[in-house]
Amino acid sequence: MTAMSKDFQAVAQLMHDETVTHTFVKDVALPSGKTMALLTLDNGLDHKKPTTLGPNGLLELRAALEVQAERAKNGEIDALAITGKPYFLIAGADLSAVTRLSAPDQSTAMASLGHYTYELLADLGVPTFAFINGLALGGGLEIALACNYRTVSTAAGALGLPEGFLGLIPGWAGVYRLPRLVGPENALKVMIENPLNSNRTLSGPAAAKMGVADALFEPADFIEHSIAFADGVISGTTEVKRPNAVDPTDPEVARRWLDAADAAEKFVDAKLSGAAPAPYKVLEVFRKGLAISQQESAVLEVEALTGLMSTPQFQNTVYAFLDLVQKRGKRPAGAPDPKLARPVTKVGVVGAGLMAGQLALLFARRLNVPVVITDLDQSRVDKGLAYIHGEIDKLHAKGRMSQDAVNRTKALVTGSVTKKAFADADFVIEAVFEELNVKKQVFAEVEAVVSPECILATNTSSLSVTEMGRDLSHPERLVGFHFFNPVAVMPLLEIAATEWTNDSSLSTAFVLGKKLKKTTVKTKDSAAFVVNRVLLRLMSEVQAAFDEGTDAKTADSALTPMGLPMSPLTLLAMVGLPVAQHVNESLNAAFGERFAVSENLQKLIDAKITALWVKDEAGNQVLNPEAEKLMAFGDQHSSKEQILARVQDALAEEIGLLLDEGVVAEAADVDLCMITGAGWPMHLGGITPYLDQVGASERVNGKRFNG
Amino acid sequence: MSANASTVRNNARPSLDDRDVVFIDGVRTPFGKAGEKGIYHGTRADDLAVKAVRGLLERNPEVPAEKIDEISIAATTQSGDQGLTLGRTVGLLSGIPKSVPGFAIDRMCAGAMTAVTATAGGIAFGAYDVVVAGGVEHMGNHPMGAGADPNPRFLSERIVDPQALNMGNTAENLHDRFPAITKERADRYAVASQAKLAKAYENQQIQADLIPVAAKRPGEGWAVNSVDEPPRPGTTMESLAELRTPFRAHGRVTAGNAAGLNDGATAALLASGEAVRELGLEPKMRMVSFAFAGVDPDVMGYGPVPATEKALAKAGLGIDDIGLFEINEAFAVQVLSFLDYYGIDQDDERVNRYGGAIAVGHPLASSGVRLMSQLARQFSEDHSVRYGITTMCIGLGMGGTVIWENPNHADFGSKA
Repeated sequence: MTAMSKDFQAVAQLMHDETVTHTFVKDVALPSGKTMALLTLDNGLDHKKPTTLGPNGLLELRAALEVQAERAKNGEIDALAITGKPYFLIAGADLSAVTRLSAPDQSTAMASLGHYTYELLADLGVPTFAFINGLALGGGLEIALACNYRTVSTAAGALGLPEGFLGLIPGWAGVYRLPRLVGPENALKVMIENPLNSNRTLSGPAAAKMGVADALFEPADFIEHSIAFADGVISGTTEVKRPNAVDPTDPEVARRWLDAADAAEKFVDAKLSGAAPAPYKVLEVFRKGLAISQQESAVLEVEALTGLMSTPQFQNTVYAFLDLVQKRGKRPAGAPDPKLARPVTKVGVVGAGLMAGQLALLFARRLNVPVVITDLDQSRVDKGLAYIHGEIDKLHAKGRMSQDAVNRTKALVTGSVTKKAFADADFVIEAVFEELNVKKQVFAEVEAVVSPECILATNTSSLSVTEMGRDLSHPERLVGFHFFNPVAVMPLLEIAATEWTNDSSLSTAFVLGKKLKKTTVKTKDSAAFVVNRVLLRLMSEVQAAFDEGTDAKTADSALTPMGLPMSPLTLLAMVGLPVAQHVNESLNAAFGERFAVSENLQKLIDAKITALWVKDEAGNQVLNPEAEKLMAFGDQHSSKEQILARVQDALAEEIGLLLDEGVVAEAADVDLCMITGAGWPMHLGGITPYLDQVGASERVNGKRFNG
Repeated sequence: MSANASTVRNNARPSLDDRDVVFIDGVRTPFGKAGEKGIYHGTRADDLAVKAVRGLLERNPEVPAEKIDEISIAATTQSGDQGLTLGRTVGLLSGIPKSVPGFAIDRMCAGAMTAVTATAGGIAFGAYDVVVAGGVEHMGNHPMGAGADPNPRFLSERIVDPQALNMGNTAENLHDRFPAITKERADRYAVASQAKLAKAYENQQIQADLIPVAAKRPGEGWAVNSVDEPPRPGTTMESLAELRTPFRAHGRVTAGNAAGLNDGATAALLASGEAVRELGLEPKMRMVSFAFAGVDPDVMGYGPVPATEKALAKAGLGIDDIGLFEINEAFAVQVLSFLDYYGIDQDDERVNRYGGAIAVGHPLASSGVRLMSQLARQFSEDHSVRYGITTMCIGLGMGGTVIWENPNHADFGSKA
C-alpha cells in the first residue's frame, strides 16, 4: 500500500475544501485497571452536519491508528474503541468528494484509502471496538465492521450499507465481513434488499438482533456501558455470542451463500431489469468473496469501486440524492418569501369523491385544522366521510395513529351540501370532474361565499388554470395545486401560478405544501405541467409504435433498459385508460400531434376495457384477447432499440420545449418532478442526465441539458 | 467482613417499623471544576442527574423502577438545563416509567438534603415507600446567583446586608465573630481535608460510590470521568499561604480553604421499613431525626449549630452520642465554628473521615447526598458507631442536620 501513499496525498489535496471529520483520542482507565484508547470522529459541526469521510479525514484517522498500533505494541494500551459525535458514528463516505474524482487512478486511490485505513482497526495488536452511537451508513458501518467487536445504541438512527442503491458496492470490506458476521441471507438483506426498497435501514435494536453488533445499550449512558462491556470482553468476564456468524469453508454455508446470492439476483432483476450495474456488482464480489481471503477480496472491491465510480448511474444517483432530493426539494426554485404566506386555519374541499377524500384526509392530518368537504347531495357527502373515517381507522389499526389522534382527525373533517360551509375557509381546493366549465362554475360559487383573500386551488391535471380564473373577481388568489396518486404516498406537489397569481397567494401555497410534507415545484400554468406531460409523451410514443404494428411485448419492454418503475402499458392501466386519454386530448389540444390521440385506445375505452395485459390460465401475462380483436394495427414493426431511441428523442424534445416555454426554471426541476412524482429512478438522475448520457439531448436539441 | 456484616444487616430488617425511613444507597457523578476548562464543560446538568439516577437504579436491581413513588431532584438555579421541574424530567430522561412522578426542589446548598428530608417526611407519613432524592448543580452553566433579582427591600429595610449575598463575605464575617479561628487554623483544616480525601481515594472508599460519566468537551473526543477533578492532593500550608484573599484585602478566606465552584450530581434511594421487608433491601442507615434552622445571613456558615441542636433535641440525643460527622465544607471557618461550639478538635477522627468539600468540591444543591453516602460507607466500615450526622450550612443564613443510625451497630433497633 505504501506505493499508493503519493496517490492518497494527491486525492487529499484535490479535496482541500473537504469538511474534515477529525479523529480525537483520549485514554480511558478501565475498571479492570487496563487502558483503552477511545477515538471520537467529529467534524466539529452540529447535528445538522453529519460526519462523513473524505480522503483528508481518512488519512487523519489512519495516522491516529498508526500511533495507537505503536502504543499497542509497546503495551501502553490494552484496547481501542471508536465512536462518533452525538447522533452519528459516520454517515458514510463523502459522496460529493467521490463524484469529483475524475481520473481512474484517483478513484482507485479513494477506494484503496478506506482499506488502508480500516485494516489497522481489524488488526491493531489489541482488541478493537466500535461503539455505534448513532447513524452508521456505508463506510460508516464498515468502520464498525472492521473492528473486532461492536456495541450499538438503541437510539442509533440508521445502520446500513446503501452503496448498491447509490451506484457503488460496500467495498471497504463490508461485502466481505458482513456475511461472515450475520450470515449470507441477512447480509444480502442489508446490502441488496434494503437499499433497493426505498433505501431502508436497520434500527439499533434490529442491527443487534441480526448480529451486526454484539451488545445493545440505551443511549443515556451508552458510552459508559459500552466501555464496561469492552472491559469485560478484554478481561475475559464477558462472553460474546454470535449465533448468526458463519464459516464459509463449511460446505453447507457455501451452499447457503450461493443460494442467497441467486435469490438476491432475482430480486434485483425484478427491481431494475439490469438498468443499473451496482447491485449486480455487489453480488459478483459477494459470490467471489466466499472462497478468498479478505485481502484478495479487497483487490476485487477496489477494482469494482473504481469501475463504478465512473458510471453514469453512480453520478446520477448522487446528483438525484444530494442535489435534488436533499437540496432542491427542500428549497423550491422560484417560491416567494415564506414570510408573505397567509395563515390557513380552515380548508374547504369541493367534491367528496376518491381524490377529494384523499385530499381532505391529508389536510386534516398534516395541518390539524377543520376541513369541510362538499358535494351535491348528502349521500355523496356521507360516502366521502365514510371513506375518510375508514382510512383513519386503517391508520389506527396499523399503529400509525393514536386513538386521540383518530378522534381529533375525525372531528376535524365535516361534510356539507352547501358551499356556505366554506365562508370562513382560508384555502379551498376543487377536486371535481375534469371539465373546464364545471370547474369555473364551482369557483364562481365558492367565490360568492369566501373572503377575497381565500386561496382558490385546483387539482386539475391538464386543464388550464388561467382559463379557470378568467371570470373570477379575484383571480390573483388562484393556484394550481397538483397532487399525484396516491396522495398520501407520492411526494410531489406541482404548484402552478397564472399570470395573475400574486406572491402572497403563491407563498401561502408553498408554505402549505411544505406543511403537507410534500416536495413542491413551481411550474407555469401549462397543460399537464411537468410530470404528466413527460409521462404522456412517453406513453404516446409507445402507443404509437404499438398502433403502427409493433407487437405488444416488444413495444412494452423496449424501455426496460431505463429501469422505470413499471412498463408503459402497465402504467396506462394503472392511471386508467380514460384518464390517460383525457390528459392526452388536453395535451394534443395544447401542443398538437406530438401527443397523438390513439384510436385504438379510444376503442378500448368505449368497450370499457381497463387493461391491455391480462393473465392467462397458466398465469402468464398475455394481451387481452378482447382488446386485440377491437384494435387495428399498421404494418410497421419497430425493434426494441428503435422504440427506445424514439422515446429518448421524444423525451429530449419534449423537455427541451418545456424548458424553452419556461414551465419550470431548470432541467433539475424536471428531474426532481420525475423522481418524486413518477417514481423514476435515481440512477437516471430523474431523466435529463440520462438523456444527455445516451446522446438524445444533442441528437434532438443540439445541446446537453446539463453542462 | 462481608458475611458477618450482612448477617447483622439482615437482622436489622425485622426491627424496623413500617414507617421508618432508611437510606438504601447513594451515588454521585465524579465532581468537576466549573468553567470552560472543567470536565463537564459542554455537558448538560440534567444529563449529569440522569447518569446518577440510572447508575443508582442499576446497582439496586431489587428495586423495580415502577415501585418508585417520587423523584425529587434539587438545583439552586432552576432554569435552562436545570429548569422544567428536574425531578420529572430526570425521571423521563432516565427511562423510568411515566407513571412515576417527580418534582424539583431548592434550598441552595442543602437542596439534595432537603430532597431527602422532604421525601423522608412522605415516607414517614405513609405517602411513599420508595423514593429517589438527589441534586445537581452545574455551576459552569449556572454561575452562582446568575439571573437572581434580590428584592430591594433587603437593602432598604436592612433585612439582609447586601454583602451577605456573597458567601465568601459571610465566611470572612465568621472569622470576625470568632477571632480564635485564625487563617492558620483554616488552612491547616484545608490541608487535612485534602490529605484525608487522598487517603480515602487510596483506600478505594470514594470510587465505590461514583458513577463514571462519559462527557464530550467542545472540540474534543469523548472522555470517561471516573474520578473527581477538584482534589489537589499534596496541598501544604506553604502552598495555601500564597493564595490571595479575594473577599477582603488581608482577609482569611482563600480558594484553598473553601470549596470551589463545581459541577456534579448525586442521587439516593430511600425506603420505608415496610418496603425494606417487601423488596428484601439492605438499609445502610436509618433516619433518626432532621432539622433546619435559621441564623443571621451575615454569618450563614454558623447554621449547622442551631440545626444540630434542634435535631439532637428531637432525637433525644446529645452531641456525645454522635460517633461520625459528615459536615459540608463550604468554608473551613464554618466547619471550625461548629467544632469549636461543641468543643471538638479540628483533627478529631470522627469528623469528615474522607475529607470534605474543600478537597472534593461542592456543586451546591448536590452535596447533601454526598455527605449521606459517605456516612453510610463509614457506618459499614465501623460498626462501633451507632449514630452519625450529616450537616451543612445554607446560603441566606440557614443550617440543616440529619441524624442517622447505623444498622450494623449491635444495639440497632433497641430504644436508646
